Amino acid sequence: MTSFFVNGKQVHVDVDPSTPLLWVLRDSLGTTGTKFGCGMALCGACTVHLEGEAVRSCSTALSRAEGKHVTTIEGLSPNLNHPLQRAWIEIDVPQCGYCQSGQIMNAAALLAKTPNPTDADIDDAMSGNICRCGTYPRIRRAIHRAAEMGSGRAK
Amino acid sequence: MSARTGINRRDFVRTGAAAGGGLLVALCAPLPLRARGVQAAGNKEVAVNAFVRIGSDETVTVISAHSEMGQGIYTSLPMLLNEELEADWSKVRVEAAPVDAVYNHPVFGIQMTGGSTTSPAEWERYRKMGAVARIMLVQAAADQWKLDPSALHVENGVVIHGATKRRATYGSLANAAAKLKPPAEVPLKSPKDFKLVGKPTRRLDTPSKVNGTGQFGLDVHVPGMLTAVVARPPVFGGKAKTFDATETLKIPGVKAVQEVPSGVAVIAAGFWPAKTGREKLKVDWDLGPNANLSSEQMFSDFSEMSKKPGAIAKKAGDPDAALKTAAKTLTAEYNVPYLAHAMMEPLNCVVDLRADSCEIWTGTQFETVDRASAAQVAGLPPEKVQIHTMLLGGGFGRRANPASDFVVEAVHVAKVAKAPVKVVWTREDDLKGGWYRPMWHDRFTAGLDASGNPIVWTHTIVGQSIMQGTLFESMFVKGGVDPSSVEGAADLLYGIPNLQVDLHTPKISVPVQWWRSVGHSHTGFSVEAFLDEVAHAGGKDPYELRRSLLANHPRMLKCLDLVAQKANWGSKPPSGIGRGIATHFSFDSYVAQVVEASVEKGDVKVHRVVCAVDCGMVINPDTVKAQMEGGIIFGLTAALKSEITLKNGRVEQDNFHNYEMLRINETPEIEVHIVPSTENPTGVGEPGVPPLAPALANAIFAATGQRIRRLPIRTSDLT
Repeated sequence: MTSFFVNGKQVHVDVDPSTPLLWVLRDSLGTTGTKFGCGMALCGACTVHLEGEAVRSCSTALSRAEGKHVTTIEGLSPNLNHPLQRAWIEIDVPQCGYCQSGQIMNAAALLAKTPNPTDADIDDAMSGNICRCGTYPRIRRAIHRAAEMGSGRAK
Repeated sequence: MSARTGINRRDFVRTGAAAGGGLLVALCAPLPLRARGVQAAGNKEVAVNAFVRIGSDETVTVISAHSEMGQGIYTSLPMLLNEELEADWSKVRVEAAPVDAVYNHPVFGIQMTGGSTTSPAEWERYRKMGAVARIMLVQAAADQWKLDPSALHVENGVVIHGATKRRATYGSLANAAAKLKPPAEVPLKSPKDFKLVGKPTRRLDTPSKVNGTGQFGLDVHVPGMLTAVVARPPVFGGKAKTFDATETLKIPGVKAVQEVPSGVAVIAAGFWPAKTGREKLKVDWDLGPNANLSSEQMFSDFSEMSKKPGAIAKKAGDPDAALKTAAKTLTAEYNVPYLAHAMMEPLNCVVDLRADSCEIWTGTQFETVDRASAAQVAGLPPEKVQIHTMLLGGGFGRRANPASDFVVEAVHVAKVAKAPVKVVWTREDDLKGGWYRPMWHDRFTAGLDASGNPIVWTHTIVGQSIMQGTLFESMFVKGGVDPSSVEGAADLLYGIPNLQVDLHTPKISVPVQWWRSVGHSHTGFSVEAFLDEVAHAGGKDPYELRRSLLANHPRMLKCLDLVAQKANWGSKPPSGIGRGIATHFSFDSYVAQVVEASVEKGDVKVHRVVCAVDCGMVINPDTVKAQMEGGIIFGLTAALKSEITLKNGRVEQDNFHNYEMLRINETPEIEVHIVPSTENPTGVGEPGVPPLAPALANAIFAATGQRIRRLPIRTSDLT
């Protein structure tokens, strides 16, 4: 039995502790906002926060979460009011939308550390997240916009 | 089926009967309540017609006959419908249609999404359906107030009698309206009166895509559901001889291992035991006849084949005679590889098969075909098969499979699983699973007159037909020519008097399929890159030469001029940077692009892409821009990154480390300009792709003097 916290709620799961966190979130806990894209930490679709750090849940064993806090896209905000969500909506970033949970969670970890990222910061932080629809120009704009919103320079 | 006794799956996923057959029946038929269309407590919904329901809480639900795969159709279709309905836009929602003839594509006659055709094909129908509903709502108010409908008008979901200031909301009228006979005549607004269509409008699906609630096929859960992965043969056309599942069955959670026609299915409680179970499975494969296939060999065979003309796709003037009079001739060969669609959401399909029904949840572009194929495997009539179209995590053509491969396989697995089952493809399964954009070889010869103008153009194309062997072959392939193999070449816009385009169609056992922009994905590259060679051979500016050859195509000329102006064509680019230009007509839309690129230490750096598009009247300008941006990045990925190769019949790529995608740090600045138009809407999802690769190749030539004649661009081609 592994116990940890998902979006603030304690959960107990009885699966092989080597199971990737992604499949525990999706198959055992039903939090399907976190997506499967490659299974090899190559695309970032499965990005969640483990103790505030962005990790690829497809390549993170459940055992690493024992006793720790995991945040998924479902836990980012209660009602779409995270600056990144507001910016994503304002700029209409998503196309198919499948990679966007991972993009947003990765961007959230970036903004937590670097509240006003430069383009180079965005390149560094976001180049592990693939978007096949090609929403990158809008992702970049939306991260800058969210940074503005977050710093209170705009609303 | 005993495993499911006691589970009331309807508590989880609520569905109802499909809408009735014909349009008139369906106009009044109650529509299915879908899993995603959960109603607020106390709200009652009425289907005014098959395309719109109105709730007593004033919500308006537009039923989309087409799948949302990123192209924005879940917003564009509601915009069209509401242009005429004039409900409160903030109350408008969207829902996927069930499979029913009433939702067939108005041109293709089956329920499907593809070919960049939704907006052009639905331009009239969705507005008409909105107008029908509005007329019936107004009539219901008129009946209630005993007035003539002409005395009433509508505003934001309310019917109003101006003289007496009486008002009735659509929600309060829907019940009465649904009982009325639909009007015989349905006049539509003139485009100049549009209030919504043509204005940048935020997408209805974005909120659900930024908080994890959007339901893709992979997210579907049905009570009692198992998950399966399938071990498929390492070579196309192979078959399992025997298998040993001893180790697989030791893995906790693995329920069964069963042979299915496409391979061996490992069926488990969840994805992880299924996948680890498959790794332990020992299968003895009969590799079949294709274990020697090599893409390298194919390219050399194709090149040999292209030395002789193939089946004629287009002939004008007398190319042979004209070539003899040419002052200068040039010849070049171009190659592009097999490409996988690589949608971010790997293929998947949930099937709940019962004795007398089959319920399917998946992201598909091809509902009618999938339903017919599933029915055949299930041994049921098609009307007993229901398909719930979920959000598609990318499509690009792969989810419109002529053989319904991922649906058919899932029904086979459901048959042996004896429980609802979700079949999941891994990324490796996706990349190795075939149904690629074909490899193509293009050989050109051009003849120039003494002033450097092209007077002869011959183009021999070699590649597999995507129609061959499918139900579309007899419909489309004529005289040995699959039009999708030569599109963008045989319909060349450039005015060259002596022209021949011909085609060789080798039969190769690698499954191939449409891939975003289809034939244009190779002809766009080869034609426009070779035209650049022709321009330079004749001492012409590539932009000016295109201008002179496009004299009879004013819409393309406008795009070309606009893109040249916005990109400052003719000005000197910064040192080391080359500028390349290309145009391409596809899906009835006109696109021109300019790329600025440089080569640094054997690496291509793309700095800027400027794009001009004429796609007729625009429904949502922001969506057109997004599709051009996406098409450009899709095109850049193909130009710089990806190829599927075969060696000993095996696909050599596995995952995103060796089938690479463009990433944010490699993405150039992109600028999109829409040419205003009063023509009917044309395609948007695909036409942004074809001009990118040639504009880039031409930019590299401008920067380095190096011609790029194969994709993806390799470092070895740059030095």
